[in-house]
Amino acid sequence: MKMTGAQILCESLVKEGVEVIFGFPGGAMLPLYDVFPHYPKLRHILVRHEQGAAHAADGYARAARRVGVCMSTSGPGATNLVTGIANAQLDSVPMVAITGQVARPFIGKDAFQEVDTTGITLPITKHNYLVLDVSSLAEIVKEAFHLALTGRPGPVLIDIPKDILTDRAEFHYPSRVKLSGYRPTLEGHPSQIKKAAKLIAEAHQPLIIAGQGVLISRAEAELKQLAETAQIPVVTTLLGIGCFPQTHVLSFGMLGMHGMAYANMAVDASDVIMAIGMRFDDRATAKVSAFAPHAKIIHIDIDPAEIGKNVRADVPIVGDVKRVLGALNKLTLPVEHIDWIRQLDDWRKEHPLLVKESDKLLPQFVIQQIAEVTHGEAIMVTGVGQNQMWTAQYYCYDKPNSLISSGGLGTMGFELPGAIGAKIGCPDRTVWSIAGDGGFQMTIQELATVAQEPVAIKIAILNNGYLGMVRQWQELFYKRRYVATPLSSPDFVKVAEAYGIPALRVKHKSEVLPAIKQAMAESGPFLIDFMIEPEENVFPMVTPGASLAELIEEPGKEEAIWRQ
Amino acid sequence: MATMKHTLVALVENKPGVLNRMVSLFRRRGFNIESIAVGVSELSHLSRVTIVVNGAATMVEQVRKQLDKVVDVVKVSDVTAEDTVARELALIKVKATASTRSEIIQVVDIFRAKIVDVAADSVIIEVTGDDDKINSLFNLLRGFGIREMSRTGQIAMTRGGTGMSPVKERLSRSPEQGSQLKSQ
Ligand SMILES: Cc1ncc(C[n+]2csc(CCOP(=O)(O)OP(=O)(O)O)c2C)c(N)n1
Ligand SMILES: [Mg+2]
Repeated sequence: MKMTGAQILCESLVKEGVEVIFGFPGGAMLPLYDVFPHYPKLRHILVRHEQGAAHAADGYARAARRVGVCMSTSGPGATNLVTGIANAQLDSVPMVAITGQVARPFIGKDAFQEVDTTGITLPITKHNYLVLDVSSLAEIVKEAFHLALTGRPGPVLIDIPKDILTDRAEFHYPSRVKLSGYRPTLEGHPSQIKKAAKLIAEAHQPLIIAGQGVLISRAEAELKQLAETAQIPVVTTLLGIGCFPQTHVLSFGMLGMHGMAYANMAVDASDVIMAIGMRFDDRATAKVSAFAPHAKIIHIDIDPAEIGKNVRADVPIVGDVKRVLGALNKLTLPVEHIDWIRQLDDWRKEHPLLVKESDKLLPQFVIQQIAEVTHGEAIMVTGVGQNQMWTAQYYCYDKPNSLISSGGLGTMGFELPGAIGAKIGCPDRTVWSIAGDGGFQMTIQELATVAQEPVAIKIAILNNGYLGMVRQWQELFYKRRYVATPLSSPDFVKVAEAYGIPALRVKHKSEVLPAIKQAMAESGPFLIDFMIEPEENVFPMVTPGASLAELIEEPGKEEAIWRQ
Repeated sequence: MATMKHTLVALVENKPGVLNRMVSLFRRRGFNIESIAVGVSELSHLSRVTIVVNGAATMVEQVRKQLDKVVDVVKVSDVTAEDTVARELALIKVKATASTRSEIIQVVDIFRAKIVDVAADSVIIEVTGDDDKINSLFNLLRGFGIREMSRTGQIAMTRGGTGMSPVKERLSRSPEQGSQLKSQ
């Protein structure tokens, strides 16, 4: 029986096991929305701006470890998706974005709401398609989901002209894809794995830097086995947080620009580094030429283009982290590194990351209290800036996929729609959106989505009255000239209430714990506006151009120097 | 960083947008492509692309790996260091009067080029060869007055062996080549 393109698309999405679509309709998509009522398995969540749809699909994908799906109409709908697609590309998030397009006869004529969507998204997608024949639609959907989820995941866009949605074809869903140019290398090369095992066996001060690739490949168990067998301490990247339990004796926090002092010191002192499923981002390595000066580097990544891109690799291994570590574990014999681990423990004792004793309402204290109340079991979805770094530093992450944050693109406004997606992807987990007062206002309209569904997320605004991270740089490097960073905001409590979401304002330290408990007691969404210390800074910090070893952790002294 | 000329040869799906995907990887890194030549390969659904660029070896290698990640690119190699046959075709229109025509013919003969069109005051010369040969001919013809030149861009092929067959390369993986295989 012949079906319309709209039906074929829906049937294909059902075949892919899609349960949720974050979208916003428009003229070019009308034929599709018209058939949605016949597909009750496809839950459509109406966002208030297409950027929200893409971020929600992203949060959903990371929390549920599935492909997130977002959808928009042609023209402005598609361009509004762009930031969210780029975000997914930079953080390797599996996503399928479906955009409407003007009907085929209008393409290339600057028709109403026509933009070159595949052209615009070409550099920010893993792959994209313009559907020109309804009989190829099912195959394209199949390929799109395959590409999004396999290898190094990423966003794939399908641009569908309106008349394709009404055109008819037989529906056959292919059982496999034919992509001769796409065959991710999954197994690591045996001789390289042997070399790695040898290096590990000979190491005196080995260190694992674990990235998001461990989570993507679900290799937490293999990582733990390797670390425990060869007694290798583990630090993670920002997006790698959660891939190794932070309560483990071998866990030494996060490295990088705002990483823990002891984590960065470990990198600096190590003689063999295993970089697993990470890409040596400049925020993680700081000054590349001074990165890990004493270490031989084993780099495991599924993307060959990441090997040797930023940091030399002595033993490159292209492959899926889970399989490579599985093979490596077979060759790894128990060793002890008691002195090295004791050294790291000493560094941790000497340079701890503590919440300062203070009567003021400090953001670090807020995050720590949320960790207490949620027993470290919540999913934390952050904005970008200081709120993001405090959340990364002061929550305690023991479970995989517990921190969802815009790492590569650093997209303010991710916090709210990202949390919506995470909660819908993991309805049984507590989800906290940790927002900046600046970033929150970039996607604040999604409060309506939260209220309409409703989505039972808890929102904590770390309200410092500033674009805080930019203000911090102005304080440190521009002699405290606060240009365009002081921020006036609406009364967020009233705003939330206007959307029908209960909310509280917290001004004093003593109110923090009761407020968090009240939010948790509420079955639905809840917002807390924390009026935090305005000029609190994020430390430790590796200043731009410095190496990880040159990290600054005592604000008191240095601040005085910088402020001159 | 020292730059040099690199020749990349790619086997790609014959689909709309493939060239755009490839070229955009050079554009975003500020490369100026010296030449790019495309045509169908021995398999009708695949095209072979030869790209000549100037760049630092590490940058070119990074682009090559990124090219390899393009879903529609089946395989791409940097053949710069390999033993290759490289050819390009040029059409050169030269001013020719009754008095210079025979002299032009002599030059054309020496280069084993061909005169493919004769007009009242000019001739079109077709020449095939590598970069050096075409440049030398061009320089010699300058004295007569060059009206127009058009070049196809270089195509290249490695000598001997079974060449860049899409099947063969998967059978002989070394660890280094492993990293050249498709993945993303
Ligand atoms: C869309 C976007 N625009 C600009 C920036 C640059 N930027 C990085 S952090 C930051 C400040 C964020 O302010 P806020 O959301 O209040 O968070 P805070 O740092 O105060 O916690 C800015 C403007 C960005 N990351 N994203
Ligand atoms: Mg702020």
